[in-house]
Amino acid sequence: MNFDFSDDLKQLRDEARRFLSEQATPAVARRALDGQERYDATLWKAIAEMGWIGAAIPEEYGGAGLGYEGLCVLAEEIGRTVAPVPFASTAYLAAEAILLAGTEAQKREWLPRIADGSVIGCFALSEGTGNPDPRSIRARAVGGKLSGVKYPVTDGGIADVAIVVAHDEAGEIALYLLPLKGVARTDLKTIDPTHNHARFDLDAAGAEKLGAAGGWDQVQRLLDRAAILFAFEQVGGSDACLQMARSYAQERYAFGRPIGSFQAIKHKLADVYVALELARSNAYFGAWALAADASDLPLAAATVRVSATEAYHLASKENIQTHGGIGFTWQVDCHLFYRRAKHLGTTLGGAPFWKDRLVSLIETRNAA
Amino acid sequence: MDFNDTPEEATFRAEVRSFLQANAQPKAGTRPVLRQSGIDAEGVRRCKEWQAKKADAGFAGLTWPKRFGGREASPIMQVIYNQEEDNYVVPKGLYEIGLGMCIPTMMAYAKPEQLERYVKPALRGEEVWCQLFSEPAGGSDLAALRTRAEKDGDDWVINGQKIWTSGAHLSDFGIIVVRTDPNVPKHEGLTFFFLDMKSPGIEIRPIHQMSGARHFNEVFFTDVRVPDAQRLGAVGQGWKVSLTTLMNERLAVGDVQRPDVDDLVELARTVTVDGQPAIRNGAVRERIAEWYARSQGLKFTRFRTITALSRGETPGPENSIHKLVNASKLQDIASYGIDLMGEAGILVDDEVAEAYGMFQAALLSSPSSRIAGGSDEILRNIIAERVLGLPGDIRVDKNVPFNKVPSGSR
Ligand SMILES: Cc1cc2nc3c(=O)[nH]c(=O)nc-3n(C[C@H](O)[C@H](O)[C@H](O)COP(=O)(O)OP(=O)(O)OC[C@H]3O[C@@H](n4cnc5c(N)ncnc54)[C@H](O)[C@@H]3O)c2cc1C
Ligand SMILES: Cc1cc2nc3c(=O)[nH]c(=O)nc-3n(C[C@H](O)[C@H](O)[C@H](O)COP(=O)(O)OP(=O)(O)OC[C@H]3O[C@@H](n4cnc5c(N)ncnc54)[C@H](O)[C@@H]3O)c2cc1C
Repeated sequence: MNFDFSDDLKQLRDEARRFLSEQATPAVARRALDGQERYDATLWKAIAEMGWIGAAIPEEYGGAGLGYEGLCVLAEEIGRTVAPVPFASTAYLAAEAILLAGTEAQKREWLPRIADGSVIGCFALSEGTGNPDPRSIRARAVGGKLSGVKYPVTDGGIADVAIVVAHDEAGEIALYLLPLKGVARTDLKTIDPTHNHARFDLDAAGAEKLGAAGGWDQVQRLLDRAAILFAFEQVGGSDACLQMARSYAQERYAFGRPIGSFQAIKHKLADVYVALELARSNAYFGAWALAADASDLPLAAATVRVSATEAYHLASKENIQTHGGIGFTWQVDCHLFYRRAKHLGTTLGGAPFWKDRLVSLIETRNAA
Repeated sequence: MDFNDTPEEATFRAEVRSFLQANAQPKAGTRPVLRQSGIDAEGVRRCKEWQAKKADAGFAGLTWPKRFGGREASPIMQVIYNQEEDNYVVPKGLYEIGLGMCIPTMMAYAKPEQLERYVKPALRGEEVWCQLFSEPAGGSDLAALRTRAEKDGDDWVINGQKIWTSGAHLSDFGIIVVRTDPNVPKHEGLTFFFLDMKSPGIEIRPIHQMSGARHFNEVFFTDVRVPDAQRLGAVGQGWKVSLTTLMNERLAVGDVQRPDVDDLVELARTVTVDGQPAIRNGAVRERIAEWYARSQGLKFTRFRTITALSRGETPGPENSIHKLVNASKLQDIASYGIDLMGEAGILVDDEVAEAYGMFQAALLSSPSSRIAGGSDEILRNIIAERVLGLPGDIRVDKNVPFNKVPSGSR
């Protein structure tokens, strides 16, 4: 058994960590937080030049061909920072959707431009409150024209192309490729201002169907694959919170000793460590399932979604707690992770949705 | 990443499988074995028979030196053996401590002629060993133990009491750590021995456990003589020797205990909530999903440990996660399963109770898993201090002569 990343990928991870710790500092995230910019174009360009966006895109479509394990490794490092870049929207959702459902021509047209960073992608599923559900989709395409309301769309205000979930003429759910130039979009305020969010008001916007097939299954397949990549970001973010809390607890003194010497803090952080390691191990299995395109992928995805969402919420809230009063300030970075944890944990659907799905998948497996 | 055996591992696995196929009954379709009661005379006989068979076929002490009947195999082979054996019903519970902890400590410290005498009979299961560490005043804080040993000629004379000694009543030999100097700080005054459990002056009283079993014991020592030749390590070095034993305890990767989440899923299909199978109930589904995610997380954490073992690395303190998660999961799943059964959840007769009484048995035995072999709190301390690098607890007994350390009334 070799349940670990290869030495090459570990080297990639170390390089990514070094690069991001210098270039994706909290100060960069704060420019988005304070509303000075909607994403960091300089960082985005650098990431594109290193080939990260196209890590899992095959070389024939302009990608780096590092495979899914490579993309997972990068996702963990991106998650460790709160980098204000549309990486998840573009690489885990838009590129994945095109790879999964697109025609050969669509792949040739879009993937190289996504891989080189010139096109930012996003995924428009939600139509207001509620978890992923085909019954709540109202958007509809008639004769290549999309109409409907989509919100919130992560990175929707800065993207060049959207993958939109809508009904086709036959009333079937399908994925549509929507170039966003000229489309009416409004920025929305969210709990995580380090990412742009928008509302689309589509009134006969010109779009093309992604591939020939459709159906909700396709949407769910995309969500499953993305959930694994999101989980690596969640694991990276949880680890960052644990490291922050740990260093603070070593340095901060109260009652004449480091607060990290109180068991109330020690045991709390040990619990965070446990949640993180369980999530990480589930994420490794997800990486394997993605890379091997295994039949277990949906089960692996729902499993890691549940544990990574729980781990990040726990790690980010206990990081604030360990910091005491200073943890509740705008100036200290704890809240950036707390915000991001909730953002990542609800995009693609919240924990109740994934827990229910996980049990359905267990039931299906047991019935087989 | 892959889940494949190396060619060498695959060959070994096939060898294990054919041994087990020929000699044991597969678990599939059989009732779960509830280890609610202790081991009776018939149980001892079956354990001994199985251990001899296993040793003769070369599957006992896999990682041990060849001259003691082992194979000098890497720890990964032990993992493979355990994985395969877990698919069969085999008698358990008599040798884990002796072979997992006592004999490895002997191998690190005993004289060659002693190893010649003791290792093989232990390996074949002819002689049973126990671990005499804990005392009323020294559990988590093992080094606070008070049992005294005083030198008398070529012997040491032991007086005092051990407690919670699993299997003492079935054992032929034991390893013991005792205080030989109360005038120095607690860790410095300890010395380690092995002894014959039939020595005059030893009295063993089984303790009735809350689960109903009687598997651990009080062991009283009145002027028990142990030859100095049976000392392991130098006088005053008993703490260091104990750590060898405890390190081996940590390496023992526990098997998954039942009921696990799959048993809960099965139960939720058969019992009803609000006129429907419980598994259709949203609240029940959430709980199942959470335990499934934990259970899988632990399984894949084990795979990461196995990967490290297979590269020849030694698992460190991070390995504490296994028991910490497993013990509470077992207790909580047992409790929740019983809740789902409603009032009949209190029934324990395995002919009448749901799932052969598996949940009830686990409810009553699982508290021990959170205490024995390092309590939950001690494991969290280990993770916090040795994995995360947080400061140690403040110790009021540090650098104080043992006989000046405060002690309570319990
Ligand atoms: C919204 C808000 C309003 C406030 N308003 C006021 C105000 O009006 N006036 C005022 O004077 N103060 C005010 N405070 C300050 C507040 O009382 C302190 O933040 C609080 O006492 C914690 O102290 P600290 O921030 O220094 O954290 P620390 O004391 O440094 O604590 C950091 C962490 O260590 C833990 N910890 C500390 N000691 C121990 C211990 N012995 N055992 C276990 N864990 C320990 C804490 O629980 C915490 O998790 C306010 C704080 C907030 C967040
Ligand atoms: C089924 C079973 C089998 C056993 N078999 C053996 C055996 O074969 N040989 C043997 O030698 N022993 C054996 N033991 C004993 C076992 O090792 C001890 O029970 C264990 O080390 C805890 O010690 P204690 O019972 O004295 O509890 P204590 O150490 O008194 O602990 C009581 C409570 O205080 C907590 N606590 C203690 N210290 C700290 C601390 N520093 N910080 C925070 N919390 C703390 C503990 O976590 C626990 O919750 C067995 C125990 C059980 C339950």
